[in-house]
Amino acid sequence: MKRRNFLKACLIGGTTIALGKTNKGWAAGSFEGYPEAMGVLVDTTRCIGCRSCEAACNKEQNLPEPDTSFNDNSVFQEDRRPTAKAYTVVNAYQKNQPGGPVYRKVQCNHCNEPACLTSCFVNAYTKTKEGAVIYNPDVCVGCRNCMIACPFNVPGYDYESVTNPVVKKCILCYDTRLKVGKPPACVEICPQEALTFGHRADLIKVAHERIRANPERYVDHVYGEKELGGTSWLYLAPTDFDKIGFDTTLGNDPIISNVKDFLGMVPMVLSIWPALFSGIHLLSKHDAEGHGHDTENTEEDR
Amino acid sequence: MPSYNSMILGALSLCAISVSYPATAQSAPVPDSITLNENGKQFKPFSFDHAKHIQLIKECADCHHHTTGTLVLNPNCVKCHQNSSPTEVVSCKGCHSSSPFSPETLAAKRADKQRYHLDKMGLKGAMHQGCIGCHSKQGAGPVGCEECHPLTTQGEAFFSTARKGMKPAKGEGHH
Repeated sequence: MKRRNFLKACLIGGTTIALGKTNKGWAAGSFEGYPEAMGVLVDTTRCIGCRSCEAACNKEQNLPEPDTSFNDNSVFQEDRRPTAKAYTVVNAYQKNQPGGPVYRKVQCNHCNEPACLTSCFVNAYTKTKEGAVIYNPDVCVGCRNCMIACPFNVPGYDYESVTNPVVKKCILCYDTRLKVGKPPACVEICPQEALTFGHRADLIKVAHERIRANPERYVDHVYGEKELGGTSWLYLAPTDFDKIGFDTTLGNDPIISNVKDFLGMVPMVLSIWPALFSGIHLLSKHDAEGHGHDTENTEEDR
Repeated sequence: MPSYNSMILGALSLCAISVSYPATAQSAPVPDSITLNENGKQFKPFSFDHAKHIQLIKECADCHHHTTGTLVLNPNCVKCHQNSSPTEVVSCKGCHSSSPFSPETLAAKRADKQRYHLDKMGLKGAMHQGCIGCHSKQGAGPVGCEECHPLTTQGEAFFSTARKGMKPAKGEGHH
């Protein structure tokens, strides 16, 4: 075997191994959340749409006065999403059906492997050990990649200030409550205990136990247990989740799995490739000097 | 610390204070009326007509579970409580914690590996679900917030009631 063939084989073989490794090696060891992470279980069968959680969030987070009062039920006419002025909203579904309406509280779900965090190139986001996904406005450059990346359309953008771009979303009351072990304001205010606060691992057990004890009340699924690698907010529902506004097409792989392979190759490309190709270049140059023309090599190869 | 923290804590200390006992009180005094939400800050305290509910429902266990009245029938409860004796404490707050999610409550729950009732409702949740749940099912009785407890001035500020009916600003907030 001639040197050129050997080098070709090395290159092809090396690339194959490298690619093979990206599929398994880097994708493996996915993060299942911090063991002591807290969470909230939302039982949509209990919610009565009183919007107390929205009011409590507004006061706790010092948000601006709402467009219309928190006991105005006309807001249920439209499907709202969280904004920079309202970190949580309650929407109504199946309004004219028996057993309806079903209310769903929407806020940041605090993913185990957040897409916002993955997409942020200045590391403005942090997943804390308590389970909250928090945000540092000091380093944010206002690119809004996180808003595009979030599979739940959660982060809101504060357009009020041009010079100080701020993305705003639920932080699980991290600064004022979660850090010291207290439940978020929305959980504490909820009259129906539609929101249950606790360790995420315990809440999953509680959720499945509720389904077991009341199979006629719930569909047998805990939304957020596995979706996108798991979220700190978990949901129980009386009907199929896609009928009450949930995206059931997201799958169970965290968003980061889509880019892990690619991003895992970046260090390899930056460190190995220059050395490898310099080597190849030097060898081929040496080759050319030693043996003259390509035609000779071709003949030798035969 | 936001000021409404104390309001919530106040609202949580619901049950039983102003009580008038029936003349024929037996071993355990059964109140005719109970002031609920007595320390409420956002919503005013109100009187719960216990006597009327006894007349209407007759079955104590419907609200008080296995603690009093006839034995429970729920197949899930019967497994353990088939022959449970009536308990000394029958009031809601006797079992349902007013701080179900405090670090202390959560820690105690985690430490007690033998505990079955890991999902026991807090006081506020138990009362609202008890009342509203039954009223909805029976199609009788109040189900709206202010039908039982009107808002206080503080509560009106909390819910920003002054802004009721205002049109949401067009072209902002969405997408």
